[in-house]
Amino acid sequence: MGEMQLLIRNEMIKVWKKRRFFVIVGILLVLIPIFVYAQMRISANVERQLGDTDWKAKTQQEILRYNERLSSPGILEEWKRTLQVQVQILQYYVDNDVNPNEPNGVTFTREFMRNAIGLFIPLMVLVIASDLVSSEHAGGTIKLLLTRPTSRWKVLLSKYIAMMLYVSLIVATIAFLCYAISGAVFGYGGLQTPTLTGFQITDNEVSFANVHLIEHWLFIWMELGLVWFSSLVVGAIALMVSVLVRSTAAGMGIMLATIIAGSILAAMASSWESAKYFFMLNLDTVGYLAGSPPAIPGMDLAFSITILSIWALASIIVSFGVFTRQDIY
Amino acid sequence: MTLGPILEVRDLKKSIKGKQIIKGVSFDVERGEVFGFLGPNGSGMTTTIRMLVSLIRPTSGQIFIDGKDLLSNHKDALSQIGCIVENPELYPYLSGYENLNLFAGMLKDVDDSRINEVVGIVGLEQRIHDRVKTYSLGMRQRLGIAQALLGRPKLLILDEPTNGLDPQGIKEMRVFIRNLAKNGISVFVSSHLLAEIQLLCDRVAIIRSGEVIAVGNVEQLLLSAGGYTEWYTNNFDETLALFQSHDGIQIIDREPDEENQDIPGQRICTIHSSIETPNLITSLTLKGVHIFAVQHKNPTLEDLFLRLTGGEQIG
Repeated sequence: MGEMQLLIRNEMIKVWKKRRFFVIVGILLVLIPIFVYAQMRISANVERQLGDTDWKAKTQQEILRYNERLSSPGILEEWKRTLQVQVQILQYYVDNDVNPNEPNGVTFTREFMRNAIGLFIPLMVLVIASDLVSSEHAGGTIKLLLTRPTSRWKVLLSKYIAMMLYVSLIVATIAFLCYAISGAVFGYGGLQTPTLTGFQITDNEVSFANVHLIEHWLFIWMELGLVWFSSLVVGAIALMVSVLVRSTAAGMGIMLATIIAGSILAAMASSWESAKYFFMLNLDTVGYLAGSPPAIPGMDLAFSITILSIWALASIIVSFGVFTRQDIY
Repeated sequence: MTLGPILEVRDLKKSIKGKQIIKGVSFDVERGEVFGFLGPNGSGMTTTIRMLVSLIRPTSGQIFIDGKDLLSNHKDALSQIGCIVENPELYPYLSGYENLNLFAGMLKDVDDSRINEVVGIVGLEQRIHDRVKTYSLGMRQRLGIAQALLGRPKLLILDEPTNGLDPQGIKEMRVFIRNLAKNGISVFVSSHLLAEIQLLCDRVAIIRSGEVIAVGNVEQLLLSAGGYTEWYTNNFDETLALFQSHDGIQIIDREPDEENQDIPGQRICTIHSSIETPNLITSLTLKGVHIFAVQHKNPTLEDLFLRLTGGEQIG
């Protein structure tokens, strides 16, 4: 193995032996069943409200209603498109005998990832990333690490790469456990059912001009890619804090406060436009896929990805600058 | 072929926030010797050691390890040393073996057989696969040394190696370091235990306020410190008056040894030429002063140290 591989191997071993990853898996194994149960209750409620009516008959009625509106004169061109897509989806449900109100493993995973990207998954990333450097200071092992015949930048790079590998593993594990656990209850089907994407958000409105159907499995992959990217950004920033703040508890506190502040700000920042440059308001990139309006007008997928990239890049530059120069007392 | 010193330190300086902490430290460590480094608290001893192992970047000056410049040829220079800075801090959640394996990965040409070899050298075979958090301080110290020896260093830098060890452990450590030196490894030891340095080291450098105030062979330095004479008499005032009336005799204040505590009488210490001792004894006897004991005391490193540092507290 080359020098870099050995350094990365060392970092992977340290995190593994600290059993941080097991903590994450443990949290998931407790929380996901709770959410699955909650979803079961919601579905049961919906069913009770709808009564015994045949869902297929109802859906067909709906299709008829949409078609009537489509054929009525004077309908806006934009509306027309949306309705057409809606009809397409409903027709798919009828043709393939899929009850749209019944959850399955795929829709559960999709919704879970979407809701978890802003807060829950970043917290899981912090469990691993927030003490990668500060724990070496706290334990004094930084003195061993930096007196080896190895450049400091290589040591830090190995930590960054280990962080990225663990973040990838975390995202994959969350997706896998979600699908496995919810599928056991709701069934594993639904990968081929269509869903909507291609929303364009202009200022205050959501444009449906480019809306089209894609199959769920593709949607989930796109979602996972975005979750992965947001998580890497959180990991990079956490690693910088870990370099700058030598106390693990303080570093963790700073990161937690920042990310939680993000979800609070998102709810109240619509009138404070420059808040959109905060990284924590841009973490929810999945929202753009599903067409939910952004926290602040003017934000879209490209904007958020750019802002997140800039933050991550700046964190990396700062942490390498500090780490390679700092005196260890 | 003659090789230069294993460690050369040239006019090393360090300023922190505009304040000069280290003011031009220079010394050499020769091959195969045990070199002691002494200094009171806040003397810059720790800062100097951390500069030697590249934890702190010097403001100016040079450090050569086995002829390789630490600042410009970081990797080659550091390959020549093994070190323990302060406590031997290892990863408590890993076993001793896993720790060594981790560090072996960061060194050249260190394989499993070398790991087993150093485990044998420090005698940790029984517990090497237990987690470090279950180790005693002495075992951690030994694991720390195993880690330092892993890369077959030519120079071992040990910062306070006897810190926290019991007397038995201190003795073992001394024998161990001596053995290393016999096998050709040069050792650089810092300590605040002067007696330890005196027993252990061939040469010593004494640092105070960021400057080396003495460097040299331990024996020679001690000689320069000079001995003194200890008197035990039944009449302190008479003795003092007599000594004060004599020329060429200096009364000094020295802490008594523990071994002399059961000698009766009052104690007084002097520095004078030994030729004068019979005369002084006669004079005291004529005045009716009873002498219980007269002892010539050899100087200790502590005496030298106290003289050089002006009585600053050490450790």
